[in-house]
Amino acid sequence: MNAIDKQLQLQPNRRMSYIMTIFILSILFVWSVSTIHFENVSLNGTKIAKNILVGLLNPDWSLIFNVSTGGIPYLLIETMAIAFLGTIVGALLAIPLAFLSASNIMPKPIAFVVRLLLIIIRTIPAIVYGLMFIRVTGPGPFAGVLTMSLTSIGMLSKLYVDVIEDLDKSVLESMEAIGCTLMEKIRFGIWPQLTALLLSIVIYRFDMNLRDATVLGLVGAGGIGAPLIFAMNAYKWSEVGAILLGLILLILVVEFVSNRIRTKLVRG
Amino acid sequence: MQWKLLSQKKMVLPNDKEVLEKRSIMPLMLLILLLLTFLSIRITGFSIEVIVNRISQFFVIIQQMIPPNWTYLSKLWQPLFDTIKMSLFGSVLGAICALPISMLAATNITKNRWITMSCKFILSLLRTLPTLIVALIATFIFGLGTMAGTIAIFLFTIAYVGKLLYEQIESVDMKAYEAMCSMGLTTIQAFRYAIMPQILPNYLSTSLFCFEGNVRYASILGYVGAGGIGLLLNESLGWRSYANVGMILLMLVCTVFIIETTSEYLRKKLM
Repeated sequence: MNAIDKQLQLQPNRRMSYIMTIFILSILFVWSVSTIHFENVSLNGTKIAKNILVGLLNPDWSLIFNVSTGGIPYLLIETMAIAFLGTIVGALLAIPLAFLSASNIMPKPIAFVVRLLLIIIRTIPAIVYGLMFIRVTGPGPFAGVLTMSLTSIGMLSKLYVDVIEDLDKSVLESMEAIGCTLMEKIRFGIWPQLTALLLSIVIYRFDMNLRDATVLGLVGAGGIGAPLIFAMNAYKWSEVGAILLGLILLILVVEFVSNRIRTKLVRG
Repeated sequence: MQWKLLSQKKMVLPNDKEVLEKRSIMPLMLLILLLLTFLSIRITGFSIEVIVNRISQFFVIIQQMIPPNWTYLSKLWQPLFDTIKMSLFGSVLGAICALPISMLAATNITKNRWITMSCKFILSLLRTLPTLIVALIATFIFGLGTMAGTIAIFLFTIAYVGKLLYEQIESVDMKAYEAMCSMGLTTIQAFRYAIMPQILPNYLSTSLFCFEGNVRYASILGYVGAGGIGLLLNESLGWRSYANVGMILLMLVCTVFIIETTSEYLRKKLM
């Protein structure tokens, strides 16, 4: 037996665990195959697919260049406004919750209850909140803003806590050693560490909110979703194409810009 | 560039050296932020007054949800399993399909620039479309039911796992791969033995994470008729039987919590 064979023998034998994993996965997979069925596929399914593609390639240009409140530019701006304001309100509301759920600051029971609350807030689908807030404000973008702010809280406060717990304390110690006051420590020791990371988290959430805001229109909470579903139900594929085109462009641009800003913020 | 537009603050050190301090752009950013906030408030009709006066309406529905309607539970199991099946099938198939696509999209494996560019473009295009809207389109093509939801989840999983995977492949250590290529292995063989071991834990953990999120998404897909528990949610909301809604949400929270905890445990073991 030469050296190479010996090295090969040293490799841990993972065959059993591989086989078990694949076995369990395939059982689950076979169990879930029942969701696939073709009897419901409507006969004109391919025709509709073709129509959608044609609509995407020949969008309704008059809708794209329409600057009134029914045109796509205004709808996109409205969607962005919903996401923007929702993110800001959510980002502000998440600060106290973040401190309340940090287990090294608050007593254990309080932190646990707040964490449970945050999990519940995160799990309930945005559409349910949308319907609840429509009772408060009536249909329109305002309901969308409130929904977005509520759904943002869960994730934002969790990420805030991570950042706050990761603060570099040695900076604070050395500042104390040279005799800085509390305010100076906060201004020059904590603030510069926090702002970039918190801002990057908030921008990331804005990116996500923009995607979610397009969906809220389906329940009448403003944004571009409502015109989209109306156009689809009326089989106006060129309008659908125009709206989808606007949406795709907006999301791609915002994602590109937010990625650029975030890399700049994190790298300093 | 923007630093030069602002005048820099000069400071003279005790040894007569001059130091330039960069002006902070914080005030400018704050101004822009305030302006955008103001504009958004105008566009969306945000008003504190309405919130303060009518916020009680929000809790009316929550009060009606408690206590949840326990007798409704027996009807929930089937759609709940449908939801889990939809996300499981879509995630597994999507994660498997994402592997060859991300191989084609990685610039260090595929040398043809046009193939990598078009694969990346398709992946980002798929990622931009919200799952609910894809599901809506799918219901038109595949009819109402779980099939449409599965397709939507499948497409989203390809896009999400594919993007993270090709970024992983591009940052991988290429030495072993090059050695194997020079020994005469084909691209796929070399990929299997040099790159797969490096990306496998991350690939599995990304797929698990995606599955976790998909369960959450799948729960609302029924809203557009794409099957699962969302169908019942939509129905109960339409009938205003909020006790049923409360039951559905309770079940959802429990399911998501269990799946999240399990997948978090598995992901920690993988890393």
